[in-house]
Amino acid sequence: MTPRPATPDPTSHSAGMNPTNPRATGQGPTNLHATGQGPTNPRATGQGPTNPHATGQGPTNPPVAGQGPTVPREVGQGRDPLLAGLAALVTDAPDGLLDRIAARWVRVPGPIGELDVAFTDQGIVYVHEPVEGFAESFRKRFGRPLLPAAKPPAGLVPALRTGRSSGLRLDLRGLSDFQRDVLLAARAIPRGEVRPYAWIAERIGRPRAVRAVGTALGGNPVPLLIPCHRVTRSDGGVGEYVFGPAVKERLLAAEGVDLDRLRALARERVFYLGSDTTGVVCFPTCRNARRITPAHRHGFRTLAQARTAGYRPCRTCEPGQVA
Amino acid sequence: MDCLDPVRKALLDDLDEGFAELFAAHRGLVFTTALRLSGRWADAEDLTAEAFLRAYRALAGYDRDRIAGLQPRAWLMTILMNLWRNCARTRSRKPPPDLRGVPVETADPRESVEGTAARHETGDELQALLGRLPAEQRAAVVLRHVVDLPVSEIATVLKIPQGTVKSHISRGLKRLRALGGAQ
Repeated sequence: MTPRPATPDPTSHSAGMNPTNPRATGQGPTNLHATGQGPTNPRATGQGPTNPHATGQGPTNPPVAGQGPTVPREVGQGRDPLLAGLAALVTDAPDGLLDRIAARWVRVPGPIGELDVAFTDQGIVYVHEPVEGFAESFRKRFGRPLLPAAKPPAGLVPALRTGRSSGLRLDLRGLSDFQRDVLLAARAIPRGEVRPYAWIAERIGRPRAVRAVGTALGGNPVPLLIPCHRVTRSDGGVGEYVFGPAVKERLLAAEGVDLDRLRALARERVFYLGSDTTGVVCFPTCRNARRITPAHRHGFRTLAQARTAGYRPCRTCEPGQVA
Repeated sequence: MDCLDPVRKALLDDLDEGFAELFAAHRGLVFTTALRLSGRWADAEDLTAEAFLRAYRALAGYDRDRIAGLQPRAWLMTILMNLWRNCARTRSRKPPPDLRGVPVETADPRESVEGTAARHETGDELQALLGRLPAEQRAAVVLRHVVDLPVSEIATVLKIPQGTVKSHISRGLKRLRALGGAQ
C-alpha cells in the first residue's frame, strides 16, 4: 500500500483544470499507464550500439534513426509556439454549468407539514413528503444528481402557503406530452374549487381518456404546485391522491371546498347549478355558483338539461368542456 | 480502500456528493475538450452537461466494486468522446452547413469585451485551424496537447492503439504547422 501522505490530492486543483497529470508522478497502485508515456522510455534507449547481442552481426549501422523522432519534439515542448498555443486553449467550465446537470433540494414548510422540494435551472421538478428515500426515489425517477440547496427558489414558500402557484416555474421535461397536458389543465383550477376528471379529459381534447387522466394526475411530480387535489370524482368522492385521500380531503377543506355539500348534491343527482337571474350554469364550486341565492338556484344532472332549460355554460368554470 | 483517490472514495460514500466531487475535479478537462473539439461554446456546454449526466446515470447502476475499480478521468473522457462522435455522425447525415467565413464561437457569450479582445489575439486562430483537422487528428491533438492526457490514456479513451494515437498527433501537428504557415 502506498503511504497516505504521498498520495496527491486532485481536489487541490479546484479550478477544475489540472494540466499536470496527477498520475504522471507515478504514485498509487492504480497507475496502469506509467510505462507507456514520456520520452524517457527505457526500451527506446536500450537498443543502442552497446547492445551486447548486436556485436556479432557485423558493421550494421547503429539504430540512431530509430530513437530519433520522438526525442527532439518532446524536448522542444517548452518553446514550441504551436504547443504553447495549444496548451493555452484550456478553458474552465462556465459557472452554473453544474446546475444544468444536477438538481437541488430543500426542505420547506407546506400546508400538510414539511415538504422536500427538488428544483433544476428550469424550475421545480419534484415535491415529496420528507421520507428516508427521497434522494433515491428522485434518482430513480429523474436520473439526475441531487445536491442540497442553500435556500428555496423564489416564490416557492408563499405559493405553498397560499395555494396559488401560477407564477412559479415548473420543470416538466421528464413527462409525456399527455401527462404534461393533463397537469397544465389541472393547474388552471383555482383555489377553493374542484373539477371532475372528465373535465380535464375534455379540456385536453381526449374526452374518452378519463381513466388515463386519473393515472396522469396520480403521477404528478409536483403536487400542491400543480393542484391535482382539486380534481375530484363527480359523485362527490374525493378520489385518489399522491399523499392519500385523507390528505386530499383535508387540503380541500382548508381551501374552503364544502365537500359535504357536494356529496349531498351528488346524492340528489345534481352536478351543475344555474342561476335564473343570470341564466348561467356552473360547476357547484365555481365562485359564480357560490354567489347564487337559494331562491334563484336550480340544479341540473347534465349540462344538456341546463341548456334545454335556457342556460348557457359559465365562462369562468367552463362546464361546457364536459358534454 | 485507503489508496482510493478522493473522488472514488466520495462516490462510494454517497453517489450524489461523489458526483459533485467528480464534477469539480474534471469540469475544466471535459469542458475544454468539448469546446476545442466542437469549436462552439453552446455545443461545449451541451456536450459537457450530457457527458456528466450520462456518467451519473451509469454510476447509479454500478456496484461498489465497479466504482472502486474505476479510472474516473479516462472513463469520463471515454463517455465524452463517444458522445462527440455520435453527435458528429448525426450531423454528417444532414447536409453540412457552409461555415466558411463564419467566425468560430468559442467565447462565453457572457464574457466581457476586454476578455474577448484579449482572447481574439491568441486562441481563435488556433481554434479555427483545429477545426480544419480531420476528426481523429483533432481529437488526438486536443487530448494530448491541450488537456495534456498521456498517450496511453488517450489510447484508452479513443479505443485505438498507442502507436495510432502518436501518428494522429504527429500528423495533426504537422498539418497545423502547415495550415498556420499558409496563412
